[in-house]
Amino acid sequence: MNVRNTKVMNRFDVTSRLIAKLKHEEAVIGGIGNTNFDLWAAGHRPQNFYMLGSMGLAFPIALGVALAQPDRRVFALEGDGSLLMQLGALSTIATLKPENLIMIVMDNGIYQITGAQPTPAAHVADIVAIAAGSGLANSAWAADEEDFERLIEEAMSASGPSLIAVRIDDKPGIGATRRDPVQIRERFMHGLGVREPL
Amino acid sequence: MAIAEQHTSSEAAQTSSDKSWHSIVLQILKRNEISLVPYVPDRVLTPLIKNLHADPFFTTFATAREEEAVGIVSGAWMGGRRAAVLMQTSGFATLANVLASLAVPYQIPLIMFVSERGTLGEFNYGQSLVCRTMRPVLDSLALEHHTITRLDELEFIADRSIKQAVTTQAPVALILNPLLTGGKTFDK
Repeated sequence: MNVRNTKVMNRFDVTSRLIAKLKHEEAVIGGIGNTNFDLWAAGHRPQNFYMLGSMGLAFPIALGVALAQPDRRVFALEGDGSLLMQLGALSTIATLKPENLIMIVMDNGIYQITGAQPTPAAHVADIVAIAAGSGLANSAWAADEEDFERLIEEAMSASGPSLIAVRIDDKPGIGATRRDPVQIRERFMHGLGVREPL
Repeated sequence: MAIAEQHTSSEAAQTSSDKSWHSIVLQILKRNEISLVPYVPDRVLTPLIKNLHADPFFTTFATAREEEAVGIVSGAWMGGRRAAVLMQTSGFATLANVLASLAVPYQIPLIMFVSERGTLGEFNYGQSLVCRTMRPVLDSLALEHHTITRLDELEFIADRSIKQAVTTQAPVALILNPLLTGGKTFDK
């Protein structure tokens, strides 16, 4: 494997940096486990959706939101292990080219939450190369935190879907999402302006 | 699109008529404002898929896996757009996890059209076995499902079931039986 020139960052820090940049009620879909724990810990927003299962579906769910609301930017946060479960979704997104969809992959090469076992991709595969090979031309590794913020800015005005991969450490998520799926879904729909509370 | 031309004999007889099963399904989708239709294709579904692509009302596309399509329609529902998934029986068999962890607990009105293979003339043993897992999975989650066998019942069952799914925020599986569609037979 080639030598990485990317800094090892921290999921919660990177997630917090993303949230701080959101000024237009952008939707954020958090993949299962640590990814949505850190999204929750970064501060709940009505436009956040937290997954409690269905490993690998953060990007497809975000794609659905993006197709329903083309005028809203939609972010999806996914772990590398989760993404490996649903690599085909990258090609679906590349085919549909939703310009309002931004995918972020938190890559630590391990299934942290189950005991830090390495993923099958850990030492052999490159997430950005996979994404580019799936047709997502606008895919890049973030070199460091500053570069991550720059890539987010770029993605917010991109004319096609973007994928940003971040190499992260092996730390667990620092929060714990309230596991109330109906309330999560209902609040999200309020946040997207689809429904009014009773 | 050579595959689209290979209708079963009953489909060929129905294609020219407005009362074919697939034209009724298309009209029901439209009437219920279901404009997003991801699918994993199936031979029997081909005329429906072809006509969805030809109609600008619909955004329709193939996904790599059925659960991916379920994720997409779940996101679309939360974003205010109605959607439905088309699949084959064997594709439904891959969905237990996403049904139990997304559609049911989050109360998503997931509308599934399942082209039924594995019965009434199946020639592939594996298809006949996987077909037997479908209704037990649906029943184990207490999901609404209907097996549609008759053309004259299709509109009533599908239209009412879609409206029920939306108003009760619960998934529904509409199983398109070979008695309705002609199914897939060995000589094809």
